[in-house]
Amino acid sequence: MRRIISVLMENEPGALSRVVGLFSQRGYNIETLTVAPTEDATLSRLTVTTIGDEHKIEQITKNLNKLIDVVKLVDLTEGSHIERELMMVKLKASGAQRAEIKRCVDIFRGQIIDVTNTVYTVQITGASDKLDAFMDAVGDAAILEVVRTGVSGISRGEKVLSL
Amino acid sequence: MLSGGDMLIRSLQEEGVELIFGYPGGAALHIYDAIFRQDKVKHILVRHEQAATHAADGYTRATGRVGTVLVTSGPGATNAITGIATAHMDSIPMVVISGQVFAEKIGEDAFQETDMMGISRPIVKHSFMVKHASEIPEIVKKAYHIAATGRPGPVVIDVPKNTVNPAETFPFEYPKKIKLRSYSPATKGHSGQIKKAVGMLQQAKRPVIYSGGGVVQGEASELLIELARKLNFPVTSTLMGLGAFPGDDAQFLGMLGMHGTFEANTAMHHSDLILAVGARFDDRVTNTTGKFCPNAKIIHIDIDPASISKTIVADVPIVGAVDSVLRDMLDILKSSSKKTDKKALADWWAQIEDWRERHGINVKPRYNTSGDKIMPQDVIKMLYEVTKGDAIVASDVGQHQMFAAQYYPFKRPRQWLNSGGLGTMGFGLPAAMGAAFAFRDKDIVCVTGEGSIQMCIQELSTLTQYGLPVKIICLNNQALGMVKQWQDMVYDSRYSEIHYEDSLPDFVKLMDAYGHVGIRVKKREELREKMEQCFALKDRVVFLDVYVDPSEHVYPMQVAPEGSMRDMWLSKTERT
Repeated sequence: MRRIISVLMENEPGALSRVVGLFSQRGYNIETLTVAPTEDATLSRLTVTTIGDEHKIEQITKNLNKLIDVVKLVDLTEGSHIERELMMVKLKASGAQRAEIKRCVDIFRGQIIDVTNTVYTVQITGASDKLDAFMDAVGDAAILEVVRTGVSGISRGEKVLSL
Repeated sequence: MLSGGDMLIRSLQEEGVELIFGYPGGAALHIYDAIFRQDKVKHILVRHEQAATHAADGYTRATGRVGTVLVTSGPGATNAITGIATAHMDSIPMVVISGQVFAEKIGEDAFQETDMMGISRPIVKHSFMVKHASEIPEIVKKAYHIAATGRPGPVVIDVPKNTVNPAETFPFEYPKKIKLRSYSPATKGHSGQIKKAVGMLQQAKRPVIYSGGGVVQGEASELLIELARKLNFPVTSTLMGLGAFPGDDAQFLGMLGMHGTFEANTAMHHSDLILAVGARFDDRVTNTTGKFCPNAKIIHIDIDPASISKTIVADVPIVGAVDSVLRDMLDILKSSSKKTDKKALADWWAQIEDWRERHGINVKPRYNTSGDKIMPQDVIKMLYEVTKGDAIVASDVGQHQMFAAQYYPFKRPRQWLNSGGLGTMGFGLPAAMGAAFAFRDKDIVCVTGEGSIQMCIQELSTLTQYGLPVKIICLNNQALGMVKQWQDMVYDSRYSEIHYEDSLPDFVKLMDAYGHVGIRVKKREELREKMEQCFALKDRVVFLDVYVDPSEHVYPMQVAPEGSMRDMWLSKTERT
């Protein structure tokens, strides 16, 4: 099962390598990984998506918690949550394709953020499966380049991940 | 005002460090100069950094005090890695201070530069790199705190040379307390879970207490004995836990697992309740996890939540310090009106005694006693007799280690020092050396083989320098015995690279060269006399080179792969 684990960790050199190292050391998967400082400059928030059964996820969260640099973590998929990923796609766009792609971008509520004679660069935000769906819709033939940020997530309602 | 180097050594003094095991080098020179200018912390000069870590480790296992290691950058740091990994696998607290090149040179492939933080990352509990001299006291305080508390482990402090520059001084104050917002190891166990567990203990019909290294580390031996006595439950122990329950006690079934006793492994398999205390269901214990103890409910006490339900799912997990949890269990038992099932326990004990009688290795010898060859088991038994079971025994890794675990019934915790998790050949001699610094009045023994001893043999010179009369008992079978056993049993006796082709050194002459005593034993009838001679030489290092039957194997041996706990080879031809 796919899980989104959000980790608050010390904003220190080496902290990220401990987290990433743990995954490779224990043979856990990383599907996506994002990390950036938070409003508290001493803390970074890292979001990792991983795939594993309940037993594996339990081991992952236990072992992450054991890292001294990890302050707090939550498996967002345990409760209702919002996930977002941002993607920028460079698409071949000339002639009739241009209108077609424009329509498709509108349907997915994306934006065309750069335009040349032959290329559109499109920005789309949403859950990962929406980004996948967009790529399916425009088709491989049109895609020149893709860059995705990886998943960030936050739980719904009053629940917060903080100290 | 102190320099970083002086702060570092002052901080060690404040921590009560008595000994540093180390080896100097370029990046550590400022620190060594700070050592020279004081006399509170004694530095022990080893012959190889691996031995520094093992010696600190042996000192810790024997005393419970955190060991300290000091090495230089580059090769000094990488040589320490095996010893750090050894400590990490066995949860041994240790602080390793490594010199590092000047901060501004880091990343430039400077002379003797290596990324110690990176290389050691997977095998440490935590690590620090000093960025500024003023951080040193707090880092040292944190390092010793982290190493010793919770599930203990090694902590590395990487010290760039510029941060210990004697020309730059700063005010020194050793912190009384430290704040670690992300580190608060469990202490007390969950009272509801403990209550539930006690209820299960009272109802058990075929229980086994499975005790591990956590009982030794957690100083919970007396509580374990009290609980086992109160319940009249059989006790088995992992390799790491030996000594926490008296080895010669009738309630003790011996070690369990791959080379565990028939009665311990069979009792585990048929049990209806396993109380695991400070043990981690290691693969050398469980054999095939899918076939592990099919009818047993499992209560698992461990200070590390990640150890619980890692390989075997616990029915009642209890995260907490073993001493605290066992104390809580005893309190509930004492005030409880419910009793254990005496009738069921009597039947269970009768069954266990029958198993013990049929195949137990301590009832009578299960190996050939009529030949003229010296049997390795007899050497360990003789060692036990001559040392009156009171020696501190460090071991290397291989057949001799298993024979020592099987035939030297340890009476108390911290009497048995061995590399259980990592299985590090070369551990024995430096570990014995580390223990010898702490116990000048006890017999300190290194049980080894002619293979293992050569992996850290250079420490014979350190023993000379510091006058440490370690006794080395070498079960010399002229081959890498445990590998040979596997090649015999699993690879159809295709002996691949286990013989030295007559190139073994003359250990007697070698001992002489180091200023020690070497005694060779080749005849069975000489064993007692020579063993006594060895221990009569109180102030000397003695190497007893005992030529044992090279074809002997360690039994029982669990059948793997696909075997359960009770599937064992009892001899070359006999299988359960």
